[in-house]
Amino acid sequence: MTQRRLAPLVALTVAALLGTAACSAIGDTGPDGGSGAGSTGGAGTVVLVTHDSFAVDRQLVADFERESGLTVETTSPGDAGTLVNQLVLSKQTPLGDAVFGIDTAFASRALTAGILQPYASPRTPPAADRFAVDDSHRLTAVDYGDVCINIDREWFRRNGLPEPRTFADLADPTYEGLTVVTNPATSSPGLSFLLATVDAFGADGWLDYWADLRANDVQVSDSWSDAYFVEFSGSQGNGPRPIVVSYASSPPAEVAGAGDEPTTSALLSTCFRQVEYAGVLAGADNPEGARQLIDFMLSTRFQQTIPSRMYMYPVDEQADLPPTWARFGPLSRQPHHISPGLIEANREEWIRRWTEVVVG
Amino acid sequence: MSDVAARLRPPGQPLGPTVLLVVAAALPLAFLGVFFAWPVGAIMIRGVVADGALDLNGFGQVLGTERTWRVIGQTLAQSVAGTLLAVLLGVPGAYVLYRCRFPGRAAARAFVTVPFVLPTVVVGVAFRSLLVEGGALGFLGVDGGFAVIVAALVFFNYAVVVRTVGAMWAHLDPRAEQAARALGASPWRAFRAVTLPALAPAIASAASLVFLFCATAFGTVLVLGGPAYGTVETEIWVQTTQFLDLRTAAVLSVVQLVVVGASLTVSGWSRRRRESALRVQADTTTDHRLRAGDLPAVAVTVAVVAALLLVPLASLVAGSLRTSAGWGVDNYAQLATTGSRGTLEVSVWQAALNSVRIATDATVIAMLVGVAICVVLSRRPRHPGGRRALGVFDAVFMLPLGVSAVTVGFGFLITLNRPPLDLRSSAVLVPIAQAVVAVPLVIRTLLPVLRSIDPKLREAAAMLGAGPGRIFTAVDLPVLGRSLGLAVGFAFGVSLGEFGATSFLAQPDRPTLPVVIFRLIGHPGGDNLGMALAASVLLAAVTTLVIGLAERLRVQTPGAEL
Repeated sequence: MTQRRLAPLVALTVAALLGTAACSAIGDTGPDGGSGAGSTGGAGTVVLVTHDSFAVDRQLVADFERESGLTVETTSPGDAGTLVNQLVLSKQTPLGDAVFGIDTAFASRALTAGILQPYASPRTPPAADRFAVDDSHRLTAVDYGDVCINIDREWFRRNGLPEPRTFADLADPTYEGLTVVTNPATSSPGLSFLLATVDAFGADGWLDYWADLRANDVQVSDSWSDAYFVEFSGSQGNGPRPIVVSYASSPPAEVAGAGDEPTTSALLSTCFRQVEYAGVLAGADNPEGARQLIDFMLSTRFQQTIPSRMYMYPVDEQADLPPTWARFGPLSRQPHHISPGLIEANREEWIRRWTEVVVG
Repeated sequence: MSDVAARLRPPGQPLGPTVLLVVAAALPLAFLGVFFAWPVGAIMIRGVVADGALDLNGFGQVLGTERTWRVIGQTLAQSVAGTLLAVLLGVPGAYVLYRCRFPGRAAARAFVTVPFVLPTVVVGVAFRSLLVEGGALGFLGVDGGFAVIVAALVFFNYAVVVRTVGAMWAHLDPRAEQAARALGASPWRAFRAVTLPALAPAIASAASLVFLFCATAFGTVLVLGGPAYGTVETEIWVQTTQFLDLRTAAVLSVVQLVVVGASLTVSGWSRRRRESALRVQADTTTDHRLRAGDLPAVAVTVAVVAALLLVPLASLVAGSLRTSAGWGVDNYAQLATTGSRGTLEVSVWQAALNSVRIATDATVIAMLVGVAICVVLSRRPRHPGGRRALGVFDAVFMLPLGVSAVTVGFGFLITLNRPPLDLRSSAVLVPIAQAVVAVPLVIRTLLPVLRSIDPKLREAAAMLGAGPGRIFTAVDLPVLGRSLGLAVGFAFGVSLGEFGATSFLAQPDRPTLPVVIFRLIGHPGGDNLGMALAASVLLAAVTTLVIGLAERLRVQTPGAEL
């Protein structure tokens, strides 16, 4: 008999579960009503799936939407690895129409898994051809950058040590205990740096190099944030180590005020070239919208915002770079490179062996 | 289900109410089934089925490596240590904050909850900045490693113990302990013989929650431990998101389920052994002014709050006030913008608004589901089978805390992707995912209180002619009243701070506060770090405010004089 007091609660619960979709936040905010990605399919909506570092000027997108008549929805499930793996997993019912942010390290997996359909954009700048992974036109290069060792120049000046310049220097006892790198299993710059050492020392030598680094008391952080903001001495965290794995574009971000020099610089002989690609997803509901979106990402107005928003270099050489970049964020002239196919074939194995040698 | 219903129904009672009970059980089960069990099951099946045939070789391979066992050992060690310490330190805290009366108590209660909702990545950075060579506490020489991970786990979970145990303690009739004292028992003996047994179910509840949080801690371990401290959770993340090795991930998920299942069994067993009707009080007369005898509890609480909570939070605030030019509030002014380098798509304030709205939805869902479950779970079936069924029902709703957000997130992709439930990139999923995590907290806060109500009270009310609605408002609600506020605050807090599941469903044009914080701290430039820290302080402030308000929420009814 006591159970009869349940009646009002049950009624309430039913109402709530049925009315979930009508809750306060979902109904009245944001540009869209939260419609399903693939299910809408109408000419009006295009869904961009991207990584968690994607950023764009909202005004630019609004302009694009007005001109094209499309509505752009974005979803970002995680870093580049998470992005590609989610797309592979959801191949049968794709998460959206277009993808941006497949990088060099995961390009081959995206191609082999067949998650993309060909599109050769007429807007592709000639300079982008050198980044083509194959000739199937499924991956369109949008931007690129270098992962390099960054050093805190101020620290070396203060401590009267010559600045390191090469991979070999990092293993030199002079620089013992000064370097922090990130874990290639959990951090994408960490993976890029591992690939740079594979290219520099070859399949036979790279693990020996890492053994030397370990003997030289290299610190390994699991995330870039921890390495850069806690361990590294050159940013606001003022940590103890003056040598860190970051990007060629990081030093311009450490310029304190206009007219100042950055306190850090990148070692250009240690860089790994990372290219970010976009593509039209196989089975997209709105492939035409996806193609227009890729054209938009190759437009000069979009390309020009890439450095400030995403810390990468635009593939379009006509796009203006921020003044500080031209001066303080030069790219490597001879970056290290490993073909996406070779990376895909060895990624897990390399990370496993790296873990054995460096973490133990 | 009908079988369960028959067992739940005490003999000689009409069937109608039983049907209602089944509905109250079925709706939350359906919710959990669709948004948790189905996705998790689907992704795990992907891992053990190869080319249409069951392939269990992965188990031998994964469990045959030494690293796997090291990872499992690490997970268990940190979870057990974190749980023990959180309980030992949290119980005195619950006493001081829920049994004693002093100026500023409401603020203190809200304050201890702040760490619980802070994004782990930021706290990791704040902890490490203190401990790193050259940091304020660098002289301790304990940068990284096991002790720091455990300290951080206690930092995050202290509030879970204080609030769960406190919710129970605040209702406990002090007269039993007073009687023991009058009969000559020492304060310690009176506590051990009278109060502790009464609190045992709440302590077991809290311990199981903390254990699950510790076992699935991700950001904390990642930032504070470094690569040498892999846990089952971080391994699942790497294997799933980076390698898409679903086979290995499935084995690890099974390991995780076994650990979680074992911990729930232990806590359920210790809870049931102790749980009984207690003399509970609905009003606020159970607390008393601080007195000399409270000194030990006060000392422990002050020490914990100062050393473990205040110091890291102070370093967070200090970091947020540091600018490239020295000190100032520039980072806070920046919150109205998308960052000086345009790192964000929306301003931090906008993200805060998104967070509050989404958390409101999540709280509503979690409360409705949670209260329905509690009503079912507070039954006392006489049949042992019925009791077992209830025990399983209880444990099932705790599972979301013990299963990796990665497994759930990737499971969503292959389940909620086609009609009738096509929720790909749908905004609805974010509050739902948060509610799934908040429901266990609601249950563990409300259930010990509801179960402590003597069923005779309800029967007496019915005898006197009260209808079911009247019984609920006259008997259950007054006792539940204050705890409802606690549960709402808890659910809201966990929703505000939820990052794991939210990050997989994130929509860049409508990010939550933890998502923008994660983004800021992932980009170079000192002002990005400063803004991330300022945004974390904002998150802490919003949480404190909301939880403080929820604590005041009290259902006033004519039955309150009970």
